[in-house]
Amino acid sequence: MADRERNLMTEPGMPRGGVDPDPAALPAPAQAPLTVASSQPGTITADVAPPVSGGDVSSFGGGKRRVGDKVFATVASGASGLIVAVVVLVAAFLIARSWNSIAHNNASFLFSHAWSTSVNDLRFGVAGLLWTTVLSAVIALVIAVPVAVGVALFITQYAPHRLARPVAHVIDLLAAIPSIIYGVWGVSVLAPHLTPVVRVLSNIGLGLFDKKFETRNVFNAGVVLAIMILPVITAISRDVFERTPRQNIEAAWALGATRWEMIRLAVLPYGRPGVISGAMLGMGRALGETIAVMMILGKVSGFSFSMFDGGETFASKIANSAAEFSTPLTTGAYLAAGLVLFVLTFVVNALARWIVNRRKDFA
Amino acid sequence: MSSASVSQTGPGFARINRSRKVKNHAASVLVTLAFGLALVPLVWLLWTVIGKGWHVVVHASWWTGNQRNLTYQDAGGGVYHAIIGTLLQVAVCTVISVPLAVLVGIYLVEYGRGPLARVTTFMVDIMTGIPSIVAALFVYAVFIATFHLTKAGWLVSLSLVLLMVPVIVRTTEEMLKLVPNELREASYALGVVKWKTILKVVLPTAFTGLVTGVVLGIARVAGETAPLLILGPYTANTNYNVFSGNQAALPTMINEMFLNLNHATGTGAYHLDANGDRVAGAAANFAPERMWGTALTLILLVLALNLIARLIGRRTKIAD
Repeated sequence: MADRERNLMTEPGMPRGGVDPDPAALPAPAQAPLTVASSQPGTITADVAPPVSGGDVSSFGGGKRRVGDKVFATVASGASGLIVAVVVLVAAFLIARSWNSIAHNNASFLFSHAWSTSVNDLRFGVAGLLWTTVLSAVIALVIAVPVAVGVALFITQYAPHRLARPVAHVIDLLAAIPSIIYGVWGVSVLAPHLTPVVRVLSNIGLGLFDKKFETRNVFNAGVVLAIMILPVITAISRDVFERTPRQNIEAAWALGATRWEMIRLAVLPYGRPGVISGAMLGMGRALGETIAVMMILGKVSGFSFSMFDGGETFASKIANSAAEFSTPLTTGAYLAAGLVLFVLTFVVNALARWIVNRRKDFA
Repeated sequence: MSSASVSQTGPGFARINRSRKVKNHAASVLVTLAFGLALVPLVWLLWTVIGKGWHVVVHASWWTGNQRNLTYQDAGGGVYHAIIGTLLQVAVCTVISVPLAVLVGIYLVEYGRGPLARVTTFMVDIMTGIPSIVAALFVYAVFIATFHLTKAGWLVSLSLVLLMVPVIVRTTEEMLKLVPNELREASYALGVVKWKTILKVVLPTAFTGLVTGVVLGIARVAGETAPLLILGPYTANTNYNVFSGNQAALPTMINEMFLNLNHATGTGAYHLDANGDRVAGAAANFAPERMWGTALTLILLVLALNLIARLIGRRTKIAD
């Protein structure tokens, strides 16, 4: 108690006194467990220091900022600046190191699906990679979104309260399993079991459904990606469904709605932007997934639109060819592919965040 | 479940007509089915990996030996070299990521106003979405293409930093926001300056939450494969030096075995086919059983980390 008083008396009058107070003089809450009791000290301080709202105390001692504060603030903002710089550098280095290769490219970079990286005749285009990447991600979304919404509804609206949290943790476990294990499992265990589906769908036999491979194809990669992005979409949908305003739900009940009608009237309309942005975040994951896709997709020489053909996505192409990174021109072609993937995921993620943040303004 | 909703309308209210009832039932069934469907791959995958890997990992030599001088026809050998590689690379990554990410989290919650905070928040979001292969390409472009260094474990760690930082920043932010403002105000009222308040009051209060974030970040990067393919070539030997030479890691060991699944010559009492099932006689190829064994080892590592994170998280008083 004496310590506290000393601190109280010296501090405001002597600005430098705060730089090195005896650690023992610090108020009790320095230990974590004490936070349980935080409500009591809280009521006291609210009376003592109403003008000191938020974190604006640096000006408390007559506008002087203490050295320690200055140093700490500088270090913290420096770390933030570093993060910003790194993301900018990612783009800058990918552009800088691939520029020369794009300049020496004899094929259309955006519209060709050729890929030949011999130094004398550089011909590479990302159209084929883009198609396979987007196709596998879209297949994943088509499968994962309905299931994820169902799971999120089950957790928030159907499961008993005591069960809801453990159930959510179990779904989160799906996100914890490393992607290489999904790849191994997908190609050797799951894919053979998907052949009946592949056969039925490929009976359509045209364009998108042209029959090529029964196991190592884009469709199976999409199914495995769907499993991998399911927890992402579920987590975000669950969050927004949980935040449905109580009044909306009660109002629906009061109108005599059944549970499903309540969900359609109150929960789904409120949660739609959240589901959309969750789906886009999941898509970002699917677009950049490397090893699982690389293991499942068979390499093929030509390009076809079919989802039952093999092929390569941006990520699997780059990883498959890591041994080829020999000359700057060749490496540059793969860095250029990486740059397009970066831009693609950037756009998808930025859109997703924009949707979420726009929603926040309403809530 | 649906009966609960019917009773919600209660006796005395208008009766629910048949089609509404049917729709409600159908929705309940579909939603429950969706949940069941989501569990199928989890159970199936764990069942597969445990079933095919357990008889490999129960041998003590699996945890102490490496793959040095072993062909795919030789039995035995272990995963020690890959565990060492993964642990060292993740440790270097953690040592760099944690201070950086926690400082960014502190900045965003305790200081963050104005343009830098907005830009940082946005960039952390973008970082969350950077695919691991792009992170690896970036490190390759800087350190190998520009500075002409050779591939080594620490370059893998650097690319993992890009993946780990956003995870820790997010959890740090959330945990610091949960620290009651009254605690800060009490500290300020006692005349403690801001940086001391952050270090001695805010951080200790949020400590268990921060540890949870760090462990989840570790679990997230421990199974990453793409950076290893670009920057960290596999080797059968144990390499304790994360700064030079090839270094094995669990994911690349799985990949190595995967590439040799059909590497079957020679004779033996039995061999495992590509599905990891024992087939009597014929050629011996130990790649499949090593692959599933390594996969199980990696899953055990990652799930243990997740479990630790949950247990620590449960001890947090402010989390709920």
